[in-house]
Amino acid sequence: MNDALDVTLRLLIVFVVFLAFPLIVGQTEHKVMAHMQGRLGPMYAGGFHGWAQLVADGVKFAQKEDVVPADADRRIFQLAPAVALLPYLLVLLAIPVGPGEGAVGQVVDAGVFFVLAVMGVGVLGSLMAGWSSANKFSLLGGLRTAAQLLAYELPMLLTAASVAMAAGTVSLVGILDAFEWWWLPWQIVGAVVFFVAGLAELQRPPFDMPVADSEIIFGAYTEYTGLRFALFLLAEYAGIVVLCGLTTVLFLGGWHGPWGADGLGWVWTLLKAAVLAFVVIWLRVTYPRLREDQLQKLSWTLLVPLSLAQIALTGVVKVVIA
Amino acid sequence: MTLAAASHGFLSPTGVEIAFLLVGLVTFGAAVVTVTTRQLVHAALWLVVALGGLAVEYLLLTAEFIAWVQVLIYVGAVVVLILFGLMLTRAPIGRSPDADSGNRWAALTVAVASAAALVWVVVDAFRTTWIDLDGPAAGSTAVTGASLFQNWVLPFEALSVLLLAALVGAIVLSRKAKAARAGEAPPAKTSPTGASSSGTSPSGASSSGTSQTGGVR
Repeated sequence: MNDALDVTLRLLIVFVVFLAFPLIVGQTEHKVMAHMQGRLGPMYAGGFHGWAQLVADGVKFAQKEDVVPADADRRIFQLAPAVALLPYLLVLLAIPVGPGEGAVGQVVDAGVFFVLAVMGVGVLGSLMAGWSSANKFSLLGGLRTAAQLLAYELPMLLTAASVAMAAGTVSLVGILDAFEWWWLPWQIVGAVVFFVAGLAELQRPPFDMPVADSEIIFGAYTEYTGLRFALFLLAEYAGIVVLCGLTTVLFLGGWHGPWGADGLGWVWTLLKAAVLAFVVIWLRVTYPRLREDQLQKLSWTLLVPLSLAQIALTGVVKVVIA
Repeated sequence: MTLAAASHGFLSPTGVEIAFLLVGLVTFGAAVVTVTTRQLVHAALWLVVALGGLAVEYLLLTAEFIAWVQVLIYVGAVVVLILFGLMLTRAPIGRSPDADSGNRWAALTVAVASAAALVWVVVDAFRTTWIDLDGPAAGSTAVTGASLFQNWVLPFEALSVLLLAALVGAIVLSRKAKAARAGEAPPAKTSPTGASSSGTSPSGASSSGTSQTGGVR
């Protein structure tokens, strides 16, 4: 009975985090972007600085008619948002926020592989949406999504493998237990490569060619309305939460901090992830969109060689200190 | 068979065994639909179900590492490449009347024969081997890594060389095709602009991408 209660409680907490954090990131994005562009952003909904704007947006999405185009492949069109969203929920289960068994949804033995594998499944949602919409812009978006995968998948895996080599384990909890402060300069190249590749996976600017609203009208999501479109948006922001959490855990030491590791470890995790989320928003305001071929060039001539060099460095240091 | 049956028995299945059987049936069904459906993209998506079902089977046998690698490589990369290829060439919504082959009986014969051979060999080799699901995980990352790099290093390295050869081969083939094209027509150097370039660049990258997944595997 106690076990069942424990599992239920963990699942519930992860689910609440899954629903709440993307909204917080979204609202932060509204405000940060506005202030960087010298305007106010939402100010009226909810009274205080428009805090309820995204809740109001949600209500608006729920009221809209759910349209499926006549020529679309109905079932796949309707299934695609779930395929895009659910992987991030599963990944959130495995990310540890604090020390000990109590601060992670589920300890996964091969945690690094689990998170990268399950995150990769989310791409299928965009592909299904792009194909089944019976719209050429959607198809172009789906094509760009798949092409983008060729660019980011390898550097992401290689840099994650570098951390796993450094820690001698592929468990996320184990990596955090083995973390020392000097890993930060040691793995910094890998961290940057991982974060950039992650941005490409999330299709966030400057790598938002698959959705590029001014070129191909939101790509794979052109035909979506109402709740299903909201689910795709939620997937994007849940993706930001997951990517920032993962970068924190793998490269920035997660719950380790200068002080307060015993009781306040989770604060460090959240703080680091929040700073990274701010950087994600910052990049959106700062950089113009790259072309798909420019991303391929960036990846294969810069990110992949850098991640290979990082792996070599990790191996050399590991052998020297052993 | 008698030795195995004596120690474990087949008549009182555990929950894991029942789940294994059910997931196996789903996987088999998805695999059959994959090769029989007339809708090309649906076939690729049913392949996802089949490969995912296999990953669940690995999980049920406690081979966690293998399961996640299966999802990472096959669902996350190979099927995406298949879908990419379909979308680039031809992916009609609805049925493709020509998505059929006159060789279906030959294909069925070969498939059944190879399946029978595999089942026979595996059953014959491992009929007395039982995985103890209650003890320490027999397929955890540490155990898999130790056995891979202690007992199976030579096959592992041989496979790496094979994949490297495939990688180099892919590069050579793609460069040869490019050289042949350049020989036919004078190279028109147009600077790609905006959206028009994205249609051409992924196809150039796809060959290296295919070998890339081979390298990871």
